[in-house]
Amino acid sequence: MTSPLEHDYIGLSELSSMESSDKLCSSSSSLSAEDDPKVGARAPALNLKETELRLGLPGSQSPEREDGPGLTLGLPKSFVSGAKRGFSDAIDGSGKWGFSGGSGSEVELGKGGNLFSPRGENGGGKHTGPTGLVKDVGGAAGAAGQEKKAQASAAGVAPAAKAQVVGWPPIRSYRKNTMASNPSKNKEDTEGKQGTGCLYVKVSMDGAPYLRKVDLKTYLNYKELSSALEKMFSCFTIGQCGSHEIPGRDGLSESRMMDLLQGSEYVLTYEDKDGDWMLVGDVPWNMFTDSCRRLRIMRGSEAVGIAPRAMEKCKSRN
Amino acid sequence: MTYFPEEVVEHIFDFLATHRDRNTVSTVCKTWYRVERLSRRSVFVGNCYAVHPERVVARFPGLRSLTVKGKPHFADFNLIPHDWGGFSLPWIETAARGCPGLEELRLKRMVVSDESLELLARSFPNFKVLVLISCEGFSTDGLAAIATYCRVLRELDLQENEVEDRGPQWLSCFPDSCTSLVSLNFACLKGEVNAGSLERLVARCPNLRTLRLSRAVSIDTLSKILARAPHLVDLGTGSFTIDHRAEAYHKVMNNFIKCKSLRSLSGFWDAAPRCLPAVYPICGNLTGLNLSYAPAIQCADLIKLIHRCSKLQRLWILDCIGDKGLAVVANTCKELQELRVFPSDFYGGGIAAVTEEGLVAVSSGCPKLSSLLYFCNQMTNAALITVAKNCPHFTRFRLCILDPKKPDPVTNQPLDEGFGAIVQSCKDLRRLSLSGLLTDRVFLYIGMYAERLEMLSIAFAGDSDKGMVYVLNGCKNLRKLEIRDSPFGDAALLEDVGKYETMRSLWMSSCDVTLGGCKTLAAKMPGLNVEVINERDESDEMEESPSDLGRVEKMYVYRTVAGPRNDAPDFVWTL
Repeated sequence: MTSPLEHDYIGLSELSSMESSDKLCSSSSSLSAEDDPKVGARAPALNLKETELRLGLPGSQSPEREDGPGLTLGLPKSFVSGAKRGFSDAIDGSGKWGFSGGSGSEVELGKGGNLFSPRGENGGGKHTGPTGLVKDVGGAAGAAGQEKKAQASAAGVAPAAKAQVVGWPPIRSYRKNTMASNPSKNKEDTEGKQGTGCLYVKVSMDGAPYLRKVDLKTYLNYKELSSALEKMFSCFTIGQCGSHEIPGRDGLSESRMMDLLQGSEYVLTYEDKDGDWMLVGDVPWNMFTDSCRRLRIMRGSEAVGIAPRAMEKCKSRN
Repeated sequence: MTYFPEEVVEHIFDFLATHRDRNTVSTVCKTWYRVERLSRRSVFVGNCYAVHPERVVARFPGLRSLTVKGKPHFADFNLIPHDWGGFSLPWIETAARGCPGLEELRLKRMVVSDESLELLARSFPNFKVLVLISCEGFSTDGLAAIATYCRVLRELDLQENEVEDRGPQWLSCFPDSCTSLVSLNFACLKGEVNAGSLERLVARCPNLRTLRLSRAVSIDTLSKILARAPHLVDLGTGSFTIDHRAEAYHKVMNNFIKCKSLRSLSGFWDAAPRCLPAVYPICGNLTGLNLSYAPAIQCADLIKLIHRCSKLQRLWILDCIGDKGLAVVANTCKELQELRVFPSDFYGGGIAAVTEEGLVAVSSGCPKLSSLLYFCNQMTNAALITVAKNCPHFTRFRLCILDPKKPDPVTNQPLDEGFGAIVQSCKDLRRLSLSGLLTDRVFLYIGMYAERLEMLSIAFAGDSDKGMVYVLNGCKNLRKLEIRDSPFGDAALLEDVGKYETMRSLWMSSCDVTLGGCKTLAAKMPGLNVEVINERDESDEMEESPSDLGRVEKMYVYRTVAGPRNDAPDFVWTL
């Protein structure tokens, strides 16, 4: 696949950048010695901070540059899914997100990370959605959003090109492209659970603007998995229900979600090693984790003929 | 000597190993020139635009092995526009007409089309070796042609090329009669691979010693291949991920154990830490290990692996190994000659994965270290001085501090003294790449001490023209000089114009050289091509005659006997 990198004047690919440490400096930082609160000010700062273009979403307050929660893109750890986890943390923490299509920021978010894309190219294929671009700063889960924000702002606004550094660091495009398309899943595995092994799989839900990832090893049975997924995707379901209120975390009860998931609305399916889409729940849990490659929360309407049985099966297992 | 019969002279020339020596003897007298050219089997063309293919082929009709390089080195980092040039077709066409006995072709940073590959495949009945490094412009269809028509193919080595995927059929194009493969490297391919064809191919090539697989090849297939080819010496795994509890995993480990000849491992695409133990049994024999495409393997697991690799001579790794891991390398790999530490996080400022400490540790533990590529977040003069003392045998020293112009974090000084120590101590240094905060002083040192230096890469360094002049005046053996984002201008460029004819090429981008300066250089030195690369947005007005005072964004100067090239795109002006 052609990489957006070649067009990326800062030699950045959103993929790699997202996958890399959250301490990424914007490429401008490599030249401008952007203050990195973690590493400390760098001596020969060219200080392009002042000229740095920032994200200014319509109707939004321009996020501050100083220490403290900036516009948070970032999350404690790098990688895409790490990002998503962070997002969830942010969600849990602040309860200010939502997909009900309410405020403008959400709409931006829903656009799938175009803000990250250099020169408008959507390099954000892998991390659909605003992974962590929680606009409302509030109590965004302590992430080093500083640099990422700067990067996003730099990346999102092409004319800053002159200040950015093409071809630095001197790494062959081949390597950049290859590393960029390395599934973050692996890195995550190690990051999250050193030495215990883990099994991250993508979870998609029909109608949701972005996917999530779960580590199957953290669950002992189907029930745990099911409730975890419910929590994760509750936001979407609320949206699906047509509510236009900004959902607070508190507005959502687990039992309600369970109903939705186990009801005729959705069916949980998975893709196994052979590429077939199977109903979750048929085989023993261990066998399932061995063969599951990804999960999909399918709309009941698409699982015609399966749903009722699924429901029964789910219920009987639970 | 002129009384020796020519056969004897030719026989003597056989003992001359290097191109340089052969080039030299050919200048002695006409007889020697003739003997040399007719007996020459291998030619190396460092710059494809330095000479016309016709001339090479005419002079060396007995040519069997040809190596040609195209784009300048900075093309690797996207500094050269895509269609700048470096086309292989003229070379292949000309060779097809003039040297039908060609057996080997090696191309680097060139544009290779499917058409050229097909022509290549059909034109040389004895064709044995094709090596393409960092090339682009071809697809798997071109590979299919090679597989189909090169009946005695021994080596197909594709390193880091951009290859368009048109399906997995190419591998099946090797006829059943093809049993001659010794080396097959398709690691850079991104598309699907037909596992069955691959297995059968491996099974019928008993001389196969090097095999590097692409990501699409599963560990299952690898296992079967290992079972069929336990005599492999150099292996690049495909995708290296499997549930470590599965039976397939144990099978692959057992098959690894059988590979007693395995000396080099690479690949490890998508490698998960839990799969690494599969290779533990053979670690003790490894002389080469490349884990630089396996970001999921973090320090702890790397250490466990490296502990077992006491014979390692070449190690390519990611910086997640950390200083701690490098200390383990220093303690374990006493035979280490080449170390490359790549950044897993490209943009720096992040977790200090490796610092000067790691490098110092390796230098003190591995006295044979001679080749280094090291990406780090910071470096100190003290560390470099220590490294220089510990390892006086460096031939290649490339240090990249990710933050340009970063000084010594301890003293806040530029790194002049550190690099100065390196060039002073390492008398055999042939290649050097600088980074960090540097003044003109470092160039003074380089000019003074780096006598054997052949290639120098400079970025964001220096204060004035003096810096560049020190280098041009001092480094007698300089062949390639590449400079970016440094304050060198016309005065430096024009200080010693004759120097450039002793070098292969000079690259300067984002420096202070003006168009006028380039024109002056071109006028004074007709033996050079002075190319100015001007990329313009369509929105910019095309100036009819840009001012001579205007700075040139990118300039590439090279010596040539071929005159200005005729395939230059619009944005390249040869002055």
